[in-house]
Amino acid sequence: MQTLIQASTQAPAQAMSPQSTASSDSDGAKVSGDAIVPHMKILVIEDDLEAAAYMTKAFREVGIIVDHASDGESGLFMASENSYDVMVIDRMLPRRDGISVISELRKRGVNTPVLILSALGQVDDRVAGLRAGGDDYLPKPYAFSELLARVEVLGRRKGTPEQDMVYRVGDLELDRLSHEVKRAGKDVLLQPREFRLLEYLMKNAGQVVTRTMLLENVWDYHFDPQTNVIDVHVSRLRSKIEKDFDKPLLKTIRGAGYMIKDEG
Amino acid sequence: MPSRIIQRSRLMFRSTAVRLSALYILLFAICAAFLVFYVTALSEKTLVQQTRQTIQEEVEDIQRAYNRGGVNLLLRIMERRARQPGANLYVIAGPNGELLAGNVASVQPGVLDRQGWTDMPFVYEPYAEVGGPRKHLAIANVLQFENGLRVMVGRDLGDPSRFRYIVRQALMVALAIMGLGALIIWFGIGRNALKRIDRMSAASQKIMAGDLSQRLPVGRSGDEFDRLSSSLNAMLGRIEKLNEGLRQVSDNIAHDLKTPLTRLRNKAADALGEDREEVRKAALEGIIGESDQLIRTFNALLMISRVEAGSIAAEMSSVDLSAVSADSAELYEPVAEEAGISLVTEIEPGIAVNGNRELIGQAIFNLLDNAIKYAGEGSDRPVIKVKLFSAAGEVRLAVSDNGPGVPADKRGEVTKRFFRLDASRSKPGTGLGLSLVEAVMELHGGRLELSATDEANSETPGLTVTMVFPVVKA
Repeated sequence: MQTLIQASTQAPAQAMSPQSTASSDSDGAKVSGDAIVPHMKILVIEDDLEAAAYMTKAFREVGIIVDHASDGESGLFMASENSYDVMVIDRMLPRRDGISVISELRKRGVNTPVLILSALGQVDDRVAGLRAGGDDYLPKPYAFSELLARVEVLGRRKGTPEQDMVYRVGDLELDRLSHEVKRAGKDVLLQPREFRLLEYLMKNAGQVVTRTMLLENVWDYHFDPQTNVIDVHVSRLRSKIEKDFDKPLLKTIRGAGYMIKDEG
Repeated sequence: MPSRIIQRSRLMFRSTAVRLSALYILLFAICAAFLVFYVTALSEKTLVQQTRQTIQEEVEDIQRAYNRGGVNLLLRIMERRARQPGANLYVIAGPNGELLAGNVASVQPGVLDRQGWTDMPFVYEPYAEVGGPRKHLAIANVLQFENGLRVMVGRDLGDPSRFRYIVRQALMVALAIMGLGALIIWFGIGRNALKRIDRMSAASQKIMAGDLSQRLPVGRSGDEFDRLSSSLNAMLGRIEKLNEGLRQVSDNIAHDLKTPLTRLRNKAADALGEDREEVRKAALEGIIGESDQLIRTFNALLMISRVEAGSIAAEMSSVDLSAVSADSAELYEPVAEEAGISLVTEIEPGIAVNGNRELIGQAIFNLLDNAIKYAGEGSDRPVIKVKLFSAAGEVRLAVSDNGPGVPADKRGEVTKRFFRLDASRSKPGTGLGLSLVEAVMELHGGRLELSATDEANSETPGLTVTMVFPVVKA
C-alpha cells in the first residue's frame, strides 16, 4: 500500500494531502529538495483560496516561485503578460472555465506546459482536458508530492534530451535505439516492460517519479494503482541493475515515488 | 361578493372541460345558424314557387272563362272564387287603373300597368283592413284584355316579421339543444376524463410530498389515460427502486465510514496526548495513512456512481481486449509471484470489444487484486488463471482462483457496495472492487458472472469471476 508520508534519510520528504490543512500550518511540505529546477516560476490558477494558499506555501518551501490567480479571466491575463515555466490550472473556475483558458492560451501561441487539476471524474474529463491543450492531468484529491513531481517533470521538459539516443546516469547506460542496457560496460538483460520503466526513469533522472506517473507512462493507464503492483516491478528492475554493484542508483522517495540519480 | 363570483368563474374557465364546452357551443352555434338560414331560404323559395304555380293555374282558368263566356262569365267566376275562405287576391281594373271589382281595397300604384308577373312583392290593402297598421305583401300575375280590361290574380305572402319570428324560434331551439349538448359534453369529459387527470395530479402531489410508494390510479378500460398511468407507475417503480438503492448505499457509507473515522479520531487523540516525539510522529503518520484510505474509498465510490450514471460512456472506442488482458496479467504477475501464486493466462488473440479501455483495465485490475488476496488460501498450490475467449456471440474474460470462494447464496451480494464476507473482513480493501466491476460491465451492456472454479472441491472451490461482453467484433 502506498504511504503518502514522511522523511527518509536520503531525501527529506514530507508530503501530505492538500486537505490536511492543520498539518500544513505546522511544518509545511519539504519534498526532495535536491530535485528542484533552480528558479522555476509557475502560475497557479485556483479559486479555492485555502487549497491555493497551501499549494503556494508548499511550492515556495521547495524554492519554486509561485504566482496565483483566483479566476479564469485574471489567470488568462497573467499567463499572457508574464512568462512561466509551468501553469497549474483548475478545471472549474469562476468567470472563465479552465479548459477555455487553456484553449485561449494555445490560440495566442502560449505553449507553456499546463497541468490540469480537476475534481470531476477521471476518465472522460482527462481526455477533454488534454484535447484542449493541457499537458498533464491530476484528479482531486491528490497528494502534494504527486503534484510537485508532475510540475517538476513538466518544467524540465523543455530541457529534456528527447532526441538523445542514449541516456546515462552514473555508469548506467540505456540505448533507446538498440534497447541495450549496460552498467559499467556489462550488459543488463531486461524484459521489454522493464526497459520502458527504466527508460522513463532515466528520461526524468534526478526527478521524483510517482507510481501513478509510472502507470500512466509505462502501462498507459490513468488511475491511482492503489496497490503495490508498481513497487514490485520497480524492485525487480532495481535488483537487475543494482544486484552486482555497490552504488545504488534507483532510490525510493518515501511518500512520493522513485528517482534515479547518480549520487557521486 | 361579486368579486368572489368573478374569482369562481375565472377558476372555472381554467378547467379544460369548461373551455372545451364553450368552444363546442360556439362551433355548433355557427353551424346551426348557417343551417337555419339555409333551410329558411330554401323553403321560402319553394313556397313562392308553389304560390306562382297556383296563380298561374287560375290565370289560365280565367283566360279560358273569358274566351268562353266573355266578361260576364269572368266576373261570375271571380266573384265566386273571391268569397271562398283563404281565397287568392282578385282585382278587375278598368283601362285607367280604377278598381272595378275584387277583394282588394288598393294596390301599390303601377302594379296593374304591366302585363305578366310582378317582379317584386308589392304592397296592397285588403278590404277588411283599410287603413290598418299592417302592410300586406303579395305577388301577382296581371292579364290585359284587348278592351283595356285588366285582371290581377295574386296571393298574400303573409307577414314578413312572422317569418323572421319563425327563423328566430328555430335558432333558439337549436341553441337550446346545443347548450344541452355542451352540458352533456362537459359532464362526459369534465366529470369523467378530466376528473381522472385531477386524480392523477392528486396522486402526483402525494408522491412529490415524499410517498414514493403511491401509485397513479389505473382504470379497467385500458384507454390512453390508463396507458399513461401504467407507464408513469412503471417509472415510479424504477425510481423507487433506485431511491431504495441510494438510501441503502448512503446507509452503508455512513456505517462503513464511521469505523475509519473513529479510528482516525482516536489516533489523533493519542497523538495529542503523546509527549514522546517518535511515538507522536508515528501516530500522525497513521492518521495520514488512514485519511488516504478514506480518500481512496471516496474516489472509488465517486467512480462507481459516475460509471453507473453512464456519464463516462462518451469515450467508447474499439478496445483490444486481448492486449488489455495480457498487459494486466503481466502487470500483476510479479505481485502474484511474490505472494507465491502462479498466474497463468489463456488468452485468445485479436479479440476486440467496444468500450472504454481505462475502465475495462481498472475492472481487470480489481479482479486480479481480489484473486491475489484470496487465491491459495487453504491450498498448497495457489493458482490464478486469466482466460479470454469468445463463444456464442459473447466475449468472456474470466479470472479464476482456487481460494475459499464465495458461497452460492452470497454471490449476488458481493457486488453490493461495502459488502464483504465475514471471513475477509480482516483483509485490507474497501469492499468496492466488485461493485465497480459490475458497474463497468453494465455500462458496456454486458454482465458479471460469479461461479465456483471447481465445484467438486468442497474445501477450496475457488471463485471465477467472468466479465461477459455482448458483441464480438471481428
